[in-house]
Amino acid sequence: MRRKVIFGNKLLPYLLLAPQLIVTAIFFFWPAAEAIRYSFLRQDAFGISVMFVGLENFQDLFADERYLQVVWNTIWFSFWVTVLSMGVALLLAVLADRHIRGRNTYRTLLIWPYAIAPAIAAVLYIFLFHPSLGLLGRALNGFGVPWDYRLNGDQAMLVVILAAAWKQVSYNFLFFLAGLQSIPKSVLEAAAIDGASPSRRFWTVIFPLLSPTTFFLLVINITSAVFDTFGIIDALTGGGPGNATQTMIYRAYVDGRVNLDLGSSAAQSVVLMIAVMALTLVQFRFIERRVHY
Amino acid sequence: MATLNIQGVTKAFGPTHVLHGIDLDVADGEMIVIVGASGCGKSTLLRIVAGLETASTGNVVIAGRNVTALEPAERDVAMVFQNYALYPHMSVFDNMAYGLKIRGLPRDDIAARVQEAANLLGIGALLERRPRQLSGGQRQRVAMGRAIVREPKLFLFDEPLSNLDAKLRVQMRAEIRRLQKRLGVTSLFVTHDQVEAMTLGDRLVVMHAGHAAQIATPMEIWARPADTYVASFIGSPAMNLFPATLEEGGHAARLDSNGLVLPFHDGPRPGPAGRKLTIGVRPEHLTPGQGGLELQVDLVEPLGGESVIHARLADGTEVTAKLPGSSYSDGALNVIIPLHTLHVFDGETGKRLEAGG
Repeated sequence: MRRKVIFGNKLLPYLLLAPQLIVTAIFFFWPAAEAIRYSFLRQDAFGISVMFVGLENFQDLFADERYLQVVWNTIWFSFWVTVLSMGVALLLAVLADRHIRGRNTYRTLLIWPYAIAPAIAAVLYIFLFHPSLGLLGRALNGFGVPWDYRLNGDQAMLVVILAAAWKQVSYNFLFFLAGLQSIPKSVLEAAAIDGASPSRRFWTVIFPLLSPTTFFLLVINITSAVFDTFGIIDALTGGGPGNATQTMIYRAYVDGRVNLDLGSSAAQSVVLMIAVMALTLVQFRFIERRVHY
Repeated sequence: MATLNIQGVTKAFGPTHVLHGIDLDVADGEMIVIVGASGCGKSTLLRIVAGLETASTGNVVIAGRNVTALEPAERDVAMVFQNYALYPHMSVFDNMAYGLKIRGLPRDDIAARVQEAANLLGIGALLERRPRQLSGGQRQRVAMGRAIVREPKLFLFDEPLSNLDAKLRVQMRAEIRRLQKRLGVTSLFVTHDQVEAMTLGDRLVVMHAGHAAQIATPMEIWARPADTYVASFIGSPAMNLFPATLEEGGHAARLDSNGLVLPFHDGPRPGPAGRKLTIGVRPEHLTPGQGGLELQVDLVEPLGGESVIHARLADGTEVTAKLPGSSYSDGALNVIIPLHTLHVFDGETGKRLEAGG
């Protein structure tokens, strides 16, 4: 039952909504509108002259092979971060769902990485993978594998993916565990009596019943990998070597803040905005009918 | 179809002993109801037979094969759960076909068997639905169907009727019994409801605190309960139990409450004079009349053709009587105890004392 509140004063509802609306307007709509405006302008590096160039910023962007490389980097990076972090989280959640001794400790430990700042996570990975300081980096070189993620683009991408996925595992783990615990035990027992082996039980009963959780996490993870991994990339590789680990967000930052090409940076922001809107749309459509059994 | 033998099964969860050595032999096609209050270990026993729990000691033998160490999948049993435990993401058809698909039956066979079971249960029109689109009774039937199509050696029922409303429960109870007789599958049925137990079982196992207090036919248990626990658990309203002492060389009992002497009609009970006894009388066996118990009625529950009367003796002992008619009111009421309806139990152990034993 929905209750209808009746306000005597016509102004009161607007007053109550005002703080949220003002914050959204100042910190989102206004900068977004500015970004859209700038994406149609070209400005010299000193900000002295400004001219309207129409869609030229966008045309330049998509004609630029390096930008297409950045788009591809983003897709590649997000795909692997999502697959890795969700796969590992599901595995850990299935293990933690069993009756093991000290499982509360185990769970708490698994949640820690989520509480670590991206910059600190990056430092941890430097201590692991740095060719001369890092534990694994030195070991790899010791075994004769030429390892230097600061020079080798593929290796850099690998390290960035690992670090970003590692940080996301905790979050996914929590959701998967909650999902697993909401599956009635008797359903699994019924499957066991029906003759299903443990792996068959997992793929025909547990996994389908987890699918709402999986869908939700899929969207959240892609969104976060595409838009929310600036910190780790900046601290670990700074987008390099070359632009091997540059993602769209990172590129927008570099073009705007470092290269002072505001027009192109704004155009990139607009592209990202459209991407995030598309993803959100997908998210809402699926979350609306999340329980699909 | 098969026999089932439970041999000396015990179960302990850490220091807590749940089952203290259960022995039970079930004949082919027999329907055994395990009945008891919650926490008596009845569900644990069923789960041990299913293979969902392992027995601490003892063996489970199905159709002559010792299955104690086997997984549930290898025991060829089917189970109907209290909450039905249907696979929520599968249609009714897939729910019923799941076990058959795992066994690798040809697709046509599966379809035929599911259709046959569905028709038998009257859910033939629901095969495309999902469990959440079904009512409680329909879900119950699907759960039954899932058990039937497997054609298992053993049916296990874990309080399958307790989530249904009263009317549907009576209806499903009859259906389960009819179906079980028709299919002739050996069955174990766990319930806490004594009416369900009495009406469904060929034999009952009355469980109490991890022991099988009595294993017998429903009428045997009703007529000759093995101890005071069984006596008060089976039968509604519960049997009246009066503390008493042995008198007249074992030929009579004297009620402690009012000194009434009740001679045994079937012979003397052993023991010295003054031995502590418990005398049991079923409420429906009390009849109005002088020279028995003088009751103070404090509540009358009319049931139509008969009334349940809650009353007290002068010393406060509670007595329940079930008398014909409905013309009773609060106040004094005299009833007599027909001597042939007496149950005599040992006052200390609660065990039944037979005449001449």
